[in-house]
Amino acid sequence: MNITVKVWRQKDANSKGNFESYKLNDITPDSSFLEMMDVLNEQLLAEGKEPVAYDHDCREGICGMCSMFINGRAHGPDTEITTCQLHMRKFKDGDTITVEPWRSGGFPIIKDLMVDRSAYDKILQAGGYISVNTGGVPDANAIPISKEASDEAMDAATCIGCGACVATCKNSSAMLFVAAKVSQLALLPQGKVEATRRAKAMIARMDELGFGNCTNTGACEVECPKGISITHIARLNREFLCAAVKE
Amino acid sequence: MSNVVSSSIGKKFFMSITGFFLVVFVAVHLTANLSLLFGPRAFNLVSNFMGTNPIIQVMQPILALGFIVHIIYASILTLQNQKARGSEKYAKVANSHQSSWASKNMYVLGGLVLVFLVLHLINFFWKLKVTGSPLLNEVNIDGEKMENAYALVAGLFNAGTIGYVYSGLYILGAILLGFHLSHGFWSAFQTIGWSNDKWRIRLTVIGNLYAIAIALGFAIIPIFLLIFAK
Repeated sequence: MNITVKVWRQKDANSKGNFESYKLNDITPDSSFLEMMDVLNEQLLAEGKEPVAYDHDCREGICGMCSMFINGRAHGPDTEITTCQLHMRKFKDGDTITVEPWRSGGFPIIKDLMVDRSAYDKILQAGGYISVNTGGVPDANAIPISKEASDEAMDAATCIGCGACVATCKNSSAMLFVAAKVSQLALLPQGKVEATRRAKAMIARMDELGFGNCTNTGACEVECPKGISITHIARLNREFLCAAVKE
Repeated sequence: MSNVVSSSIGKKFFMSITGFFLVVFVAVHLTANLSLLFGPRAFNLVSNFMGTNPIIQVMQPILALGFIVHIIYASILTLQNQKARGSEKYAKVANSHQSSWASKNMYVLGGLVLVFLVLHLINFFWKLKVTGSPLLNEVNIDGEKMENAYALVAGLFNAGTIGYVYSGLYILGAILLGFHLSHGFWSAFQTIGWSNDKWRIRLTVIGNLYAIAIALGFAIIPIFLLIFAK
């Protein structure tokens, strides 16, 4: 297939960016979106131009690095996938595909399609962990956990921190991410010990880093590659307000 | 505690609590207003009760405060959200049709409801409480003297061309309020954490039914008065 790719080019964090259009011929519909981007970069290199900088790593949908806003949607026109799992067969011959970086005050652009998502790490450092003395591996089933709780904790734990929720949210709110990280621990006995401190510290850090306030539009859960539900946001609100009362 | 109050969830908590309060107020207000459908006697009795009942008098300034807090926090949150989005906007945004139109336009809808509210207060509250109106002659119901509030309301919608304009504006106000409530109702529950997978669906349905009931209930009044109160 022959396509035109309209890509956001920005030299560095301080430069002003703009769109550049590139024509690509003979792209096989079976190639992944990132493979198409690789072909584009090969073509740019052959022409002596600067290749497009973009984040990618595992290319199997589990690392969360490939952050592209494709044709107006985070990770492109499909649900519950990352960009590396998107294939060119989702597009038509002759299409013009618009590729933008995540746009959010919390995720400043580093170069082209790469954004700085270290804000997520900072939120995790504020409380997204449990404090345990290391030692031997604990006995399995020493702490009984119900199937319902373990399933729900696992659903939350599937968050790969890709940032699609923030990129999609009209308020640039990181609530779905924080909710997933709080939920995965709050549902388990090991995480309950520090639950009060965790919810407050992570929300305080989230606010500090300039993310917006959730207005419950539900746009985030639609674009989450792992299908994490906004039910976790209700739990986060509950955890936070209970923590505030206990204070 | 202060950092809790100023946090994003803290501010949204105030939005939610005042939202609940206003949801209850709107229901009470509509219930009282529907007495208009039963004629002058019924409405004047209800209006006199509302105007003299001590609990209602105490609730009036609290209600005003509820509105003010709701509006101020909405403005702060909206400003912060616009700032958080960053300076550069997406060139292309696909509509995934998952978020309701109302949920994306709550501040605008709220603003329009506020414009309507000001008009509404000028039309009735201001005349009843402050300036008075020639329409508000005293009437005698069961030996008790009271203002003829029915004449004031019916008079607004039956004042010729301007009456039709007011009827249209009041119907529009009711619809805007309905849209605002269609997202606001379940959203208030979500914000204080009273929601899960099952209840989210139930609350959305209840919220939509409530919003439709409120919009229809308020919209029916000017239509009814236009037809029957001539």
